[in-house]
Amino acid sequence: MEMTGAQILMEVLKQEGVDTIFGFPGGAVIDIYDELAKTEIRHILVRHEQGAVHAADGYARASGGVGVCLVTSGPGATNTVTGIASAYMDSIPLVVITGQVPTHLIGNDAFQEVDIVGITRPCTKHNYLVNHVDDLAKTIKEAFHIARSGRPGPVLVDLPKDVGNATSSYEPLEEVNLKSYKPTYKPNMNQLKKIVQLIENARRPLIFAGGGVILSGASDELTRFARKTQIPVTTSLMGLGAFPGTDPLWLGMIGMHGTYRANMSTGACDLLISIGVRFDDRVTGKTDAFAAQATIVHIDIDPTSIRKNIPVAIPVVGDCKVSLDHLNKLADQTNLGDLRQKREKWLDQIEQWKSTNPLAYKQEDKIKPQYVVEKLYELTGGKAIITTEVGQNQMWAAQYYHFDRPNHFITSGGLGCMGFGLPAAIGAQLACPDKLVVDIAGDGSIQMNIQEMATAVQYCLPVKTVILNNGYLGMVRQWQELFYEKRYACTCIEHAPDFVKLAEAFGAVGLRATKPEEVESVLKEGLSVPQPVIMDFMVEKEESVYPMVPAGAPITEMLLV
Amino acid sequence: MADKNTPDEDIRIVNMNEEKHIFTMLVDNEPGVLSRVVGLFSGRGFNIDSLVVAETIDPKISRITIVTKADRPVLEQIEKQLNKLVNVIKIRDLTGPEAVKREMALICVKAKTEYRAEILRIVDIFRCQVVDVGREHYIIEVTGEAGKLEALIQLMKPMGIKKIARTGPLALIREPN
Ligand SMILES: Cc1ncc(C[n+]2csc(CCOP(=O)(O)OP(=O)(O)O)c2C)c(N)n1
Ligand SMILES: [Mg+2]
Repeated sequence: MEMTGAQILMEVLKQEGVDTIFGFPGGAVIDIYDELAKTEIRHILVRHEQGAVHAADGYARASGGVGVCLVTSGPGATNTVTGIASAYMDSIPLVVITGQVPTHLIGNDAFQEVDIVGITRPCTKHNYLVNHVDDLAKTIKEAFHIARSGRPGPVLVDLPKDVGNATSSYEPLEEVNLKSYKPTYKPNMNQLKKIVQLIENARRPLIFAGGGVILSGASDELTRFARKTQIPVTTSLMGLGAFPGTDPLWLGMIGMHGTYRANMSTGACDLLISIGVRFDDRVTGKTDAFAAQATIVHIDIDPTSIRKNIPVAIPVVGDCKVSLDHLNKLADQTNLGDLRQKREKWLDQIEQWKSTNPLAYKQEDKIKPQYVVEKLYELTGGKAIITTEVGQNQMWAAQYYHFDRPNHFITSGGLGCMGFGLPAAIGAQLACPDKLVVDIAGDGSIQMNIQEMATAVQYCLPVKTVILNNGYLGMVRQWQELFYEKRYACTCIEHAPDFVKLAEAFGAVGLRATKPEEVESVLKEGLSVPQPVIMDFMVEKEESVYPMVPAGAPITEMLLV
Repeated sequence: MADKNTPDEDIRIVNMNEEKHIFTMLVDNEPGVLSRVVGLFSGRGFNIDSLVVAETIDPKISRITIVTKADRPVLEQIEKQLNKLVNVIKIRDLTGPEAVKREMALICVKAKTEYRAEILRIVDIFRCQVVDVGREHYIIEVTGEAGKLEALIQLMKPMGIKKIARTGPLALIREPN
């Protein structure tokens, strides 16, 4: 059938099952918006294109699908870059469609022209400039295929204005087949057999899981595997929720702000089974000292993750879910012996680490930020979807909220991008309208995309923002306190808006707690009203996140409370 | 010059653990693909010693040949990272004697009367050719392995090399006999 590029785009989006697009219009995409308005696809008008990408990211993570954005050329496109970079670092499937000036003007420094394909080449999984309307359908199909398959990631499609207007005959395309792109899902069985043998002989085994487990939907398989083999589990920040946070085998998060027992276990284990991780420096600390006594197994779908930072004895390239499924079957066929007895000493040791150095803070007359998160966990029964900003707030959320399910903790892990939490919460709320969605925020970060409160109010999305208001760029202040003799250069942000009034100005609800005894009632009220809410908790200003591994130190050498 | 490739010459130990490797890859012949490859090297701090690109028999596919220096783990990363690029169809490490390697140079050498015969004699010995002649210069075209080019350049230096343009190596795996 003869159609315009804009119409073809809509057809392919529908075929790909897209029901929500986050975007912001402009000259180069007016024609696409004109067609979009005629479809059933829901468009969420954000207030800044960075917000659109983070919202699509939150949507993708909460739903397990692909997040889609539509923005105009030039500044619209450049505003997406931070969001794309964050999604790239965290392997989140997105398709970002940017308008572009007409093909005959490309390269002329035309009005609102930027080479967004060039700019985003290093922070997308792949990107395209569509030069001809005949290529459009195929390109969009490929973009979705690449975004969601293998190790997922953002794909950008740059669409010149004239391509959207030109016509072509359109036939729905079947499967995408790219000869140069074939992710390996099926692991090598011999390698998996070796892992089971190692488990048989290990005395101090440990599982270290990451975001890959959540992305491949392998949480149930992981949980079964750990329980079956009685191996304790730690995860990276990105892996929180991949294993139940209330299970006795759960050790808490690993790394710079990991728990004492998770980090000590990593130092002492003799077998480290790493699944869907990439050994970020915030996880490993000093790499030579990382799991130095262990035989390291690494399962990941991305071959470049393997042996990039850490030497590995048993590399396995494959999908986490497929691999864990096979491992479970192999473990069933193997006599692993009396596991309780075999693990007793190791699990006792871990229990001892836990009891000597649990996560802790001192309750004083000021509100402690950890207390706010603890109360939030209690009042929500651990069932909320939590997004975070970046800094101390993010680490306290990771430490004190316990996740029993995957896709419930949504944070900018790899890029550590302030301003992520509120738009991500909006995306998550759209994906899961019946769930409670809370952004645990810092007073600094929240100001980076606060304009998205208008989006939340416009679409009646009852997202709750919990500001841990310490009057500082707290995480940077913490480093200054510990490593720069308390020289707090440019980290005091007491000159801030009144967040309660600000919430009200947006048409949302604003609440504040200044004393510990107000925390619970403010949370209760804020969580129960049906509107978007900002809750402003005036917390202890100079509280720090512990444990902390100084950058570059072995993760077993922690500063403790 | 000899056609044989000694592995010693090929895998030159550069410093302690660094090795020189030659990768050849087939890529989609599309705008931006070279930039993806080169951007990967610069973005990840890998180095490029030389780079040759041209279309293959199939106009939709180009061949890129890159020489790089790195230690073993980094070489492994380079190969994997290149493979991960959606536009890279196939990549192969052609270091070692299983592949034929050739480089080319154009050397503009000063050709004063007293040296003209000597230059032509060397050109003859090296089985290369003079492709441009002037009153004061020759341009010599030479192809061969790096060692041959290096030797010729050394011999020409005393006459005075005015300009030089060199390619990096091209490589093709030898077919089984
Ligand atoms: C966009 C961006 N700019 C700068 C930083 C560096 N940074 C990391 S944490 C942090 C402090 C954040 O302050 P706030 O949101 O108040 O959180 P707190 O640590 O106080 O909880 C800063 C500035 C960053 N991560 N992201
Ligand atoms: Mg703060």
